[in-house]
Amino acid sequence: MGGPRLVPFRLMPIDIDIAKVARLARLALSDDELERYRLQCEVVLEHAALVQTLPTDGVAPTSHPLPRTNAFRDDVVAGCLDREEVLAQAPEREGDYFLVPRILDEP
Amino acid sequence: MGYEPVIGIETHVELTTNSKMFCGCPADFGAPPNTNVCPVCLGLPGALPVVNGTAVEYAMTIGLGLNCDIAEHSVFARKNYFYPDMPKNYQISQYDEPLCVNGFLDIETDSGTHRVGITRVHMEEDTGKSTHVGDGGRIHAANHSLIDFNRAGVPLMEIVSEPDIRSADEARAFVTELRGAVLRLGVSDAKLEEGSMRFDGNVSLRPAGTEAFGVKVEVKNMNSIRSLHRALVYEIERQSALLEAGESVLQETRHWDEEAGATSGMRSKEEAFDYRYFPEPDLVPVAVDAEWRSRVAAALPELPAQARARFAAMGLDAAAAAVISRDVDYGSVFEDAVEAGGDPQTVANWLTGEVTALLRRSGVALTASPIDGAALAELSAMVGDGLLSASAAKDVLAGVAAGEGTPGAVAESRDLIQVSDAAALEPVIDDVLAANPEAVEKLRAGDPKVVGFLIGQVMRATGGKADPGAVGDIIRSRGG
Amino acid sequence: MSDLADLTLTAAAAGLRSGAFTAVELLEGVHRRAAMTEAHLHAYLTLDREGAARAAVAADAGFRRSDDHGPLQGIPVALKDNMVTRGLETTCSSKILAGYLPPYDGTVVTRLRAGGAVILGKTNLDEFAMGSSTENSAYGPSRNPWDPDRVPGGSSGGSAAAVAAGSAMVAYGSDTGGSIRQPAALCGIVGMKPTYGLVSRFGLIAFASSLDQIGPLTRTVEDAVSALEVVGGHDPADSTSYPGPVPDYRTGLESGVSGLRVGVVTELNGAGIEPAVQAAVNQTIEQLEQAGATIVQISMPSVDYALSAYYLIAPAECSANLARFDGVRYGLRRRGENVEEMMSNTRADGFGPEVIRRILLGTYALSAGYYDAFYGQAQRVRTLIIRDFQAAYEQADVLVSPTSPTTAFSFGARTEDPLSMYMSDVCTIPSNMSGDPAISVPVGLDDAGLPIGFQVMAPALGEPVMFRVAAEVERRARFDARARFATSEVA
Repeated sequence: MGGPRLVPFRLMPIDIDIAKVARLARLALSDDELERYRLQCEVVLEHAALVQTLPTDGVAPTSHPLPRTNAFRDDVVAGCLDREEVLAQAPEREGDYFLVPRILDEP
Repeated sequence: MGYEPVIGIETHVELTTNSKMFCGCPADFGAPPNTNVCPVCLGLPGALPVVNGTAVEYAMTIGLGLNCDIAEHSVFARKNYFYPDMPKNYQISQYDEPLCVNGFLDIETDSGTHRVGITRVHMEEDTGKSTHVGDGGRIHAANHSLIDFNRAGVPLMEIVSEPDIRSADEARAFVTELRGAVLRLGVSDAKLEEGSMRFDGNVSLRPAGTEAFGVKVEVKNMNSIRSLHRALVYEIERQSALLEAGESVLQETRHWDEEAGATSGMRSKEEAFDYRYFPEPDLVPVAVDAEWRSRVAAALPELPAQARARFAAMGLDAAAAAVISRDVDYGSVFEDAVEAGGDPQTVANWLTGEVTALLRRSGVALTASPIDGAALAELSAMVGDGLLSASAAKDVLAGVAAGEGTPGAVAESRDLIQVSDAAALEPVIDDVLAANPEAVEKLRAGDPKVVGFLIGQVMRATGGKADPGAVGDIIRSRGG
Repeated sequence: MSDLADLTLTAAAAGLRSGAFTAVELLEGVHRRAAMTEAHLHAYLTLDREGAARAAVAADAGFRRSDDHGPLQGIPVALKDNMVTRGLETTCSSKILAGYLPPYDGTVVTRLRAGGAVILGKTNLDEFAMGSSTENSAYGPSRNPWDPDRVPGGSSGGSAAAVAAGSAMVAYGSDTGGSIRQPAALCGIVGMKPTYGLVSRFGLIAFASSLDQIGPLTRTVEDAVSALEVVGGHDPADSTSYPGPVPDYRTGLESGVSGLRVGVVTELNGAGIEPAVQAAVNQTIEQLEQAGATIVQISMPSVDYALSAYYLIAPAECSANLARFDGVRYGLRRRGENVEEMMSNTRADGFGPEVIRRILLGTYALSAGYYDAFYGQAQRVRTLIIRDFQAAYEQADVLVSPTSPTTAFSFGARTEDPLSMYMSDVCTIPSNMSGDPAISVPVGLDDAGLPIGFQVMAPALGEPVMFRVAAEVERRARFDARARFATSEVA
């Protein structure tokens, strides 16, 4: 008894709409790639779904391991970068602006 | 079939802090492009946000000013979506646990005071600005876009109202009142034309008297209060016409076009609304204790609604109270004048009428003008004592504004003091009566209208300097 | 001939101060070693010879002036290439950041420079720190100095290989699920992950924000103490940074383990661990008992779920952290008819398969309708894991286990099956979930001559007791790192 376990199990069939997820994540993948990733993700998720077998009623989620609150900075101006150093990294620029291909719509 | 509009307004307010929400870059407007930027607000790899403590206080100020409960424990969240002016492709905002909830704002409508609920006030960060280059600068015909990240990360407060608004007029009153409150609280310059205050509306219709909500349409791009009113009027009519025709309203986001005077549907993107909110792991929660809350509450300035109530109690009518309370300086001069003995309604009328016109023509602000509470009180006394007619008082105001001196001095030097002394008036009246025998006949017969004519004659004879009230009294007494 | 490149940090620091050699000579020794080993090890992506030379000269000048900035002055240090360095290419081993020159230094880098460290360059990693072997690097893997056909571990594989081979005296890496400790174990060196918040993350290119920590890879436990002292402590630029005073790691270092309670975690020892590894671990536990420690068996049931929870939390956070790589402001840009297409093409081309997999997983775990069952539930399970740790630390001062279930595996052995690769981290992930510190100490070799690592875990801010036990383990193990040159002849 003891030792780490890798127990594949199925709690609920996992059926990922991988095309939708790829769109949400802005990843242009071919159909073959999508299918391959879908299968791989489903295998991982089936294992990750193990978490659903642990009862957690009344248990609060942990988003920060460090129990801290009120980390503030003073409202003072400091730390701006030199524009040229910043724009030098731009894949495309026009004058003092970052240039991007046309934006289709407002968010 | 009568349809009732159900409207909610979502407002975004940029704060006038020195620095941005999560970094030390300047938060001001108008700097050369991409100069107010740093690793944090540019979303450079490895950068981390740190919360601006003053912005949190400003957010609390707005919340308390809107009568909200302040959460003891409040959390930042990531709102995930891709857009080129959003450096991290997520916006740090608040979701489940916002800073302020359950408030209200009272507005004045034709049917009296109406309370609009405030669902929440929360903190987030603004995005950069994109300029679309191509045909006419409009997004759909653009060839490419240029991005300036100066605005990215500027502290933004989101204020969400309950859907308690029932007409475009009410909506206008609501945003006007909200803007006045935000200005009075001193947290934003609320300039719609610069975008430091922005509104989106949610509009649905339901049969009058029913409770269930109809299909909600979001309306965006209303860039002024007037525009907001026009857009809502249009949208209500559009939805009304659809429902009357037996058709259904499509749930969508519509864009107001000021030139065309209409809203139009934007490309519908179902997935765009899956923001995948989760608690921001790079920021720790905000804990507000009773002591902090009291401190902010104690420092709150008086809001327009409270000032309005106070001025009304002084005897001002609702319209005048509304106008005077909107501006801190006007309100302050008004109070000084009334304290020094001025008549509230008279002073208010001068402030909202003649004084406003004078200052606009001269381009001078009230605080820089010689017109102050003492002057208005003095002027009010002179009118009350019959020394000045109403129109003479306006001339005196012009003189005071021009720096000619106190009301008394101006009235003297411009020879505006009216004559109400009977001894001075009687000879003139005698002459007028002598010159108008038929009028005198009518007067003796009890005709009330002829008094006005005779007063006019006396005013002409005295070059307008007679006190019409005193003249009238004497003439009437001559009527027997 | 004693080679300067093989000195420990502690010995080198003493030599610099006694005048036995200069920082420039030390650097030359390390550069010579790098020249000998890099062709086949590929520990580095960028070697900054000029920058390092300048820093060495400055360190020497400092010593002459009696300007002593601490234990890392004049010491050749390597940095994992997910830590931003101003003006020095920083790629995260990804194509999407090829050629990227950060305009700022991360806080750890700033502190190292202020401490007079000689920064050698940037080491190879699994792309965006996602992996356990460096096989996910877009620029080719690094090799294990003990056996060039085997992986050095990951994701800080380059850093581990460099320290083990002597082409760095000290390296820094990052640890999100074991990425410092596992490669340290596979390369026969010391590697530790501090308490979450003890070392600033400002300037660490984020993978999973609530799990990532920067930490040192060194030859000895004492070296690790020095390396941590220079970089730890509150940073106002990192809101998750621990605001209190840093613990004193050094004072009790040589006190031994008499009277301490050592907890053996049931779920991390035994079945599923390679027999040779468990044998070495068991022997080490016996040594601790002989040294005066009390050994306690402790079961932590929720630890069985740590891997599953990790593979929901880490991808979810990374899916948002990596959204900024979109071709707009920096990095790779691919063509597109419109900006959305540009972003999608850029990201699909610029990210490798493991990164894409985790972004897809994470996006799914957060998406509407699935959040509560996946990400939400994982965060609740995390609370249970933390509670199990807290309960365990009431019965024990430290907890122990193997660092990695196996010794170094061969290239290609686990690349076909992602889950098998993820299993490499099963012993290390729990302390990332709890935010507690943990260290790997080399304790022996298996029959193939490959190093075995022993893990010591301690409660939050328990670095002092962790180092103290680690020092005892190191003393008793008498692990000889030079054995590697017997098994792999360098050209």
